Amino acid sequence: MVAGYNTISMGTGRKEFSPKKERPGLEEYLKEAGQGTLKMIGGAGNVDECVVGNFIASRFNKQANLAGFFPFIDEGLKGKPAIRVEGACGTGALALVTGIRSVLAETAEVVLVVGVEVQNTVKAMYGADILAAAGWFKDRKEGHAYFFPGQFSDRAGAYFEKFGRDKTRKALARWYKNAIENARLCPTAQEFHNTTKDLEALAMAEPNPRGFVDYLNVFDCSKVSDGASAIAVVSEEGLKRTGIPKEQAVEIIGFGQAEGDITKKPDDPTVLDTSRQAVKNALESAGITIDKVATAEIHDCFTIAGVLAVEALGLAEHGKGPDYILEGNTARDGKFPINTTGGLIGWGHPTGATGIHQAVTILEQLTGKAGDAQIPIPADRPYGLTLNMGGNDKTLVSIVYKRGKNS
Amino acid sequence: MNYEERLQNVSVLGAAGKMGSGILLLTALEMADLSLKPDNKGKKFVINAIDVSDEALSGLMKYLRAQALKAAEKKIVALRQVYKDNPALIENSEIIDQYVLDVLSVIKPSTRMESALDSMLIFEAIKEDPALKVKIFSYIRENNPNTPWFFTNTSSIPIGELDEKAKLEGRIIGFHFYNPPAIQKLVEVINAKNTLPEVNEFALAYAKNLRKVVVPSNDVAGFIGNGHFMRDILHASGEVEKLRSNFSLPEAIYAMNKISHEYLIRPMGIFQLIDYVGVDVCSYILSVMQSYKKDEKLHCPLLDQMLALGIKGGQFADGSQKDGILKYEKGKVTGVFDPGKKEYVMVSALLGKVDGALGQMPVPQPWKNVVGNPGKEEILKSWFSEIKNTDSFGANMTKAYGLRSREIGVQLVTDKVAFNEKDVNTVLLTGFFHAYGPVNDYLM
Repeated sequence: MVAGYNTISMGTGRKEFSPKKERPGLEEYLKEAGQGTLKMIGGAGNVDECVVGNFIASRFNKQANLAGFFPFIDEGLKGKPAIRVEGACGTGALALVTGIRSVLAETAEVVLVVGVEVQNTVKAMYGADILAAAGWFKDRKEGHAYFFPGQFSDRAGAYFEKFGRDKTRKALARWYKNAIENARLCPTAQEFHNTTKDLEALAMAEPNPRGFVDYLNVFDCSKVSDGASAIAVVSEEGLKRTGIPKEQAVEIIGFGQAEGDITKKPDDPTVLDTSRQAVKNALESAGITIDKVATAEIHDCFTIAGVLAVEALGLAEHGKGPDYILEGNTARDGKFPINTTGGLIGWGHPTGATGIHQAVTILEQLTGKAGDAQIPIPADRPYGLTLNMGGNDKTLVSIVYKRGKNS
Repeated sequence: MNYEERLQNVSVLGAAGKMGSGILLLTALEMADLSLKPDNKGKKFVINAIDVSDEALSGLMKYLRAQALKAAEKKIVALRQVYKDNPALIENSEIIDQYVLDVLSVIKPSTRMESALDSMLIFEAIKEDPALKVKIFSYIRENNPNTPWFFTNTSSIPIGELDEKAKLEGRIIGFHFYNPPAIQKLVEVINAKNTLPEVNEFALAYAKNLRKVVVPSNDVAGFIGNGHFMRDILHASGEVEKLRSNFSLPEAIYAMNKISHEYLIRPMGIFQLIDYVGVDVCSYILSVMQSYKKDEKLHCPLLDQMLALGIKGGQFADGSQKDGILKYEKGKVTGVFDPGKKEYVMVSALLGKVDGALGQMPVPQPWKNVVGNPGKEEILKSWFSEIKNTDSFGANMTKAYGLRSREIGVQLVTDKVAFNEKDVNTVLLTGFFHAYGPVNDYLM
């Protein structure tokens, strides 16, 4: 993979954001991200195929058939194959995997992959209706007004019950602090302008079940975001075509996918078992163990999902995720830095783009292009990993990356 | 008749007005919530929105739809429970739409006073005219077989007088909302000498369900809110008069508005507040109060002068401020009316002389930074101690204003309008959004 590009993640938190002002739409985000990547790979002429990931523009923006926007991004893409994929919030990584599979099948050498979502078109309570489509619609009636926050609040409640509220609550607050501090180092992050001093104290706010959910507060939630990310999935041949040196690329070492049953409730709400399966598949596919990984981008749609993902990755035993986080391991100067540009809580969560944003961050970190957010990548742990989740632990993709080397 | 039965048929008189529309909205929401309780299935709830013109009522319905939508969005978590047994309502948007429909369907707009003749409860929010109120109350009393209760929103007329003249035998209470009723937390509740205890009980239960802060006031014209506000106006206009030897009228008005706004850390200056309430309304309230209080001069020639030239203030239908004594652009004060020239003088032309005269002063924090600030007490103490220790024209005017405001507050208790100083402060804090109550020791 090469040539990653992220637009700003736009929404509350950004100084330039005002709900009353007119804002860029799908078209502008697609164009900015798509052109950003095309410019780096020598133009549309080098592209064989296009993939766009989008969760649900059909409702947020009354727009479907997004593949039709590729020739709009660049006239040179007219007449080329293009496809749109969807897997709720796991859409972005599904789009990447679609590109990877094309390259593996040798039907393409260069695939342009773009993810986009524009969600600030409706108020939060209506956005909750739209995003609930990531779950089973037959569960919607009995679900919370804020459906997905409700689902993960239930997971948090179960985790509190099983492993203790105090410690877990503190770990959630620490997760928030790490996310915001990382986002402050990344100019495209939605929380880039955040200046709150005592983030952990803020994040300890008591939940308000009258207005929101039972066990989580608003700081535990990822952002409502508009944005797009793009990257090119290329074969060795494709890389030569773009003229980009190997050390500016990351090699895909392996990937794992796993699907859970959307009609079933989790067996154990304190476990993300489909996530665990996807990570296991990815590591096996890459032929490595987690202790060879330097950094990961994981799907913290809620702080509790961050805790559960730490366990799904195998970094901590079941029930010990909060300790692992509170010991500072996941912070940017810790043993295993996670979400180094803020993740979904800090950088933002333009749903259909998130999986691609994760890949762009890993690409930047492994190739030394992460700017102020750069962390050291130890020579004995050269790998990066992403974990992107659609729905409540349903559609999972995990990918293992390593910096390219001139052979 | 229990609480819910009392609310099954209600009328709001003056429903399309600034106060009436808010009262109607809050009551309609409360009635819709009652109608949606499982125990009340099949019971009919009706609120008659009575006003003089069809046009105004049509505007009212638009306002109510928009406000009911806002209310529904805000309480969507609770509404999902309310509608949990209706399988057709699945998404938030469907539930919100249904709730708006349920609220609007209890409201019956009408231009006919006869509509009030079936009601058990009458909210009155018509103009501040004692004779008109008495006439309407008497008509309803004579023709409504339900011996209804009367809730009057009067801000100045003694309730006992309305009771007596309309022969209501204690079935009346003062229930004075603050503007805008949908937002302001304060309600002044005024029991007349003969107000029936069950009327007061209901009033308190109703206020509690609306999540209002209740301050009891004695039945003295003007009550606490206007008792303070009107005397504050008289102080400011008196100071303006004194300033006339050195300043033009617009300069003097600008200076006093600035003192009462910025230097006193209030949400708006006194002349802006007069425009907000309406120059005509303020003048009328003063005259009503004057008629009950002979031993004090409650008359403001400055307001008369403005009114004679057609300067009234008040708001447009969308809630934005009309020009009055001051001129506004996008909610900001940009000019002051000059009765001599019959035109507005721009603030930019007044600034130099006035600000120079007010003297070198540190600028206090604006009200919005102070009002919700946990460190408010410290900020206020340090600001007013600075004022106390500064001998400038501006600081001295601020001192005089703050001390007079305090004196008015204390007097309201001495005159037995308010039961205690705390109640006076609560009214100014919650009804006028002040950052601090007038009865304080900052300047003592």
